Amino acid sequence: MLIAILLGFLFSLLLVFTGKFFKGKPGIISAAIPLVLFGYFLQFIPEISAGGTIVHSYSWVPSFGVNLDFTLDGLSLLFSLMITGIGFLVFVYTAAYLKNHKYLDRFYGYLSMFMAAMLGLVLSDNLITLFVFWELTSISSFFLIGFNNSNPESRKSAITALAITGLGGLSLLAGALVLGSVGGSYSIDELMNSSGEIAASPYYILIAILIFGAAFTKSAQFPFHFWLPGAMKAPTPVSTYLHSATMVKAGIYLLMRMTPVLGNQEFWNSTLIIVGSITMVYAAIHTLFRTDLKGILAYSTISALGILVFLIGQGTEAALLAAAVFIVVHALYKATLFLVTGIIDHQTLSRDVTILRGLRKVMLPVAIAGFLAAISSAGIPPTIGFLGKELTYESTLALVGTPLLWIALILITKILLLHAGFVAGISPFIGQLPERFEKTKKPGILLWGPPIILSVAGIVFGVFPGIIEGSLIKPVVAAMGQDAGDQHLQLWHGFNTVLWLSVATIVIGTVLYFTIKPSQKLVKMVTRVEYISPESIISGFWSLFNKFSSLWTRIFQNGYLRNYVSTILVFLIGLTGYVLYNTANFSMDFSTLSEITVYEIVVVTILLIAVFFVVFTRSRLAAVASMGVMGLAICLIFVFYSAPDLAMTQFSIDTLTVILFVLVLYRLPRYLKLSDYKTRIRDGVLALSFGSIITILILEVLAQPVNMEISEYYAQNAYLLAHGKNVVNVILVDFRGSDTFMEISVLAIAAIGVFGLLKLRLKKTDQR
Amino acid sequence: MRTIILKTASAYLLPVLLLFSVFILLRGHYLPGGGFVGGLMASIAFVLHAFANGLSNTKTLIRFHPGFLMPVGLALAFLSGMAPLMFDLPFMTGLWYPEAIPVIGSLGSALFFDIGVYLVVIGVTLTIIFTIADTI
Amino acid sequence: MEIVLAIMIGILYAAGIYMILRRSLVKLILGIIILGNGANLLIFLLGRITKGSPPIIPGDLKVFEAAYADPIPQALILTAIVISFGLQSFAIILIKRAYKVVKTDDLDEMNAIDQDS
Repeated sequence: MLIAILLGFLFSLLLVFTGKFFKGKPGIISAAIPLVLFGYFLQFIPEISAGGTIVHSYSWVPSFGVNLDFTLDGLSLLFSLMITGIGFLVFVYTAAYLKNHKYLDRFYGYLSMFMAAMLGLVLSDNLITLFVFWELTSISSFFLIGFNNSNPESRKSAITALAITGLGGLSLLAGALVLGSVGGSYSIDELMNSSGEIAASPYYILIAILIFGAAFTKSAQFPFHFWLPGAMKAPTPVSTYLHSATMVKAGIYLLMRMTPVLGNQEFWNSTLIIVGSITMVYAAIHTLFRTDLKGILAYSTISALGILVFLIGQGTEAALLAAAVFIVVHALYKATLFLVTGIIDHQTLSRDVTILRGLRKVMLPVAIAGFLAAISSAGIPPTIGFLGKELTYESTLALVGTPLLWIALILITKILLLHAGFVAGISPFIGQLPERFEKTKKPGILLWGPPIILSVAGIVFGVFPGIIEGSLIKPVVAAMGQDAGDQHLQLWHGFNTVLWLSVATIVIGTVLYFTIKPSQKLVKMVTRVEYISPESIISGFWSLFNKFSSLWTRIFQNGYLRNYVSTILVFLIGLTGYVLYNTANFSMDFSTLSEITVYEIVVVTILLIAVFFVVFTRSRLAAVASMGVMGLAICLIFVFYSAPDLAMTQFSIDTLTVILFVLVLYRLPRYLKLSDYKTRIRDGVLALSFGSIITILILEVLAQPVNMEISEYYAQNAYLLAHGKNVVNVILVDFRGSDTFMEISVLAIAAIGVFGLLKLRLKKTDQR
Repeated sequence: MRTIILKTASAYLLPVLLLFSVFILLRGHYLPGGGFVGGLMASIAFVLHAFANGLSNTKTLIRFHPGFLMPVGLALAFLSGMAPLMFDLPFMTGLWYPEAIPVIGSLGSALFFDIGVYLVVIGVTLTIIFTIADTI
Repeated sequence: MEIVLAIMIGILYAAGIYMILRRSLVKLILGIIILGNGANLLIFLLGRITKGSPPIIPGDLKVFEAAYADPIPQALILTAIVISFGLQSFAIILIKRAYKVVKTDDLDEMNAIDQDS
């Protein structure tokens, strides 16, 4: 299973080197990858529908409990099939859609990276790996939205999408960590067993909010929905694949996955119901005010995601069944509509519903696909959409509390979605073909094939729901800890409330379609109230944040080294001084100190005089000479206190440093006083107070007992384990050998740096 | 600085100092010394020679660019750390030849590691000083 | 003696910091060197000082019998001394190079040139 996930990453890596080959026609070969994976996942259907789960485990960072555990159960199987199946169609479609694009190889690279990440996301059993894949999908989405990187609008949308979903990613990581520490494991499977403890824990609300933060941003729930319409700047295959069928459903997946762990709680259910219903109604109303086909589809996608959240929030067996069916329904019809829109855009170069008419005459297969998708979205029998809608009404009717309100909301949403589906899937194809579109070229089979397959599948599944019922839908419900044994998917339920609601939806929606036509006037209406939308509020907040951070930078990051140093020092002196003032006892046991001898005093005096010279002399040569003297004095100090190795090293380094300075001395700038009297006094005070803090700190530490445990270990084992008697050298080359290895590597890097800096030739433009 | 005395002396000093640096290197496991100090001593020997005879003479004496010592030393140190892997021991485990050898004492992978350090230090120091002396 | 050394290290730190705060480039390097030496001595002193007993197992013994100086700070400082040589030479060359390009050794002026271009 690891290979199945890695395949996409490997392919995208391969494209880096062999990209040229995949440009143009051979691009279609890459569609083999999702096809193979689709076949691979299909073979698991019998086992999964029999109630089994397939687990593959690879250890990664076992000491942190982070493992590459992959679990295939009903829920992940449904998503995997969607990812690879729709992926295959999108890969094929892209070959024609971006046929002559010069970065086709790059596009396939991002797309297969996304596919692999998404598969990893739905198959991970470990929360941490799930997070990693989650972020990978956000990143690939960023690249794909900004694919037309010469367009500033695309870049802006890409950054917005990344910022919002990235925020959600952080929230997911935080949620995973808290959940892991409360539940005692990062494995979702194990967390399910401790769901009772988690619900009882005081952190339950926090965990739920963090998980919601992740799911709502990814699945574009109100008020984080606005990145999704912006993401429509991406090429249409991307909108189809990421921003309608799969990636935006990752949030839904997370909520479904977490239902057995966190679900069935008042907070969980009511939050999801409220947020879901606000999103579905808000976005459905927005579809009325768009004339761009992709804009309409984007808002209807948000609305559909809202319905899913709403259903998961209900949490009953019927609702989860409805959600599972609706995921399939939505993936089929929305992907079709997007692909149809893409074809229209590709052939006519327009996506404006107010001018697109009568296109059936030039692209009949596309018109059929659009029509089938529209009726599926409308929930007209015998499509699978009808099944989805019936189940939704049924579960909502069973809701305790105020079902009338929820029924009204879902009814409004469904009516508006029907309208949106008709506008997108039917209206461009009916009526009189305008003159300007008469010469439109017919699309090839690579373009119209995928939407036909998807839309026909919608009908087939609707007529024969048995195909997917036992194999796909019920295992999903089972994976969420519910049993849907006695429920059956069927078109005819008899005359009941649900049926009347369906009839009402279809009738009102159709009437609405004929009365309200999308027009520029409606678009203008909505732009007038734009300033209170979450998007403008958040962008206002962002610009405020930018202003604040640039102000902050101007104050603290002003580019003057000594200001940085002074700031750090003042802070350090203040903090250390405060702590020392409060805790230090300023007492010392003089008996433990070693006695003062004359030669030590002489050496210290020499050292201090040398330092004094370095600081106050005006001659560079004198300063360098004093540096040498200082080094030698330190060398003597090492000799006094039993450190012969240090003394030898210090002596050699001191010699070399002086040689180095002498070599470059006269090439270096002069040694002038640049600061005025006042600055020097100020710096002097700062430096002296820092020096005093250091002295006090040393004396405080010296008054504490010293822990020699590690030193003793090294000393006792130097000969016994490492066959050496010079303990310092044994530590360097044996006990801490890897550290020394790193150190000599750093030295080599410094030498290469010096070599590079000096041998590098200056360009004329750099020279002043 | 090129005096006859120093020039003459350095001709004898270079081999003596180099020998001394190797001596310091080898005895490092038992007495003060080791790869770092040994390497620095050897570099000082070469720098002294360069001062007395001119940089180009020293360069012809060494024949190759001292920078090559860095990868050689790093590789030696790394291989001495990898050697235990052949015996299914963790990276950097000390391996020891059972019999003691005169002057050096026990022979083990740590000694080769130290020789690697020695070579890297010579390479680094000489690269830095020669490059600077060259370009100024 | 520890008290004398502690005061001396404090002075080394003060001198190093004072030099770093100057505008001249050469003083900056010297300041870094002094500060580095101060830090080495600080670590050395905090490992406690012992006279006349280096951390070398004497003669034919296999483990220490008498007191010995703490070997860990010594190992740390030994590498620190060598590394600081690499750092110093790199800093010297960097400054020399910068001086050649912008023709000023005043850090403030260098900053202004940086902002112009």
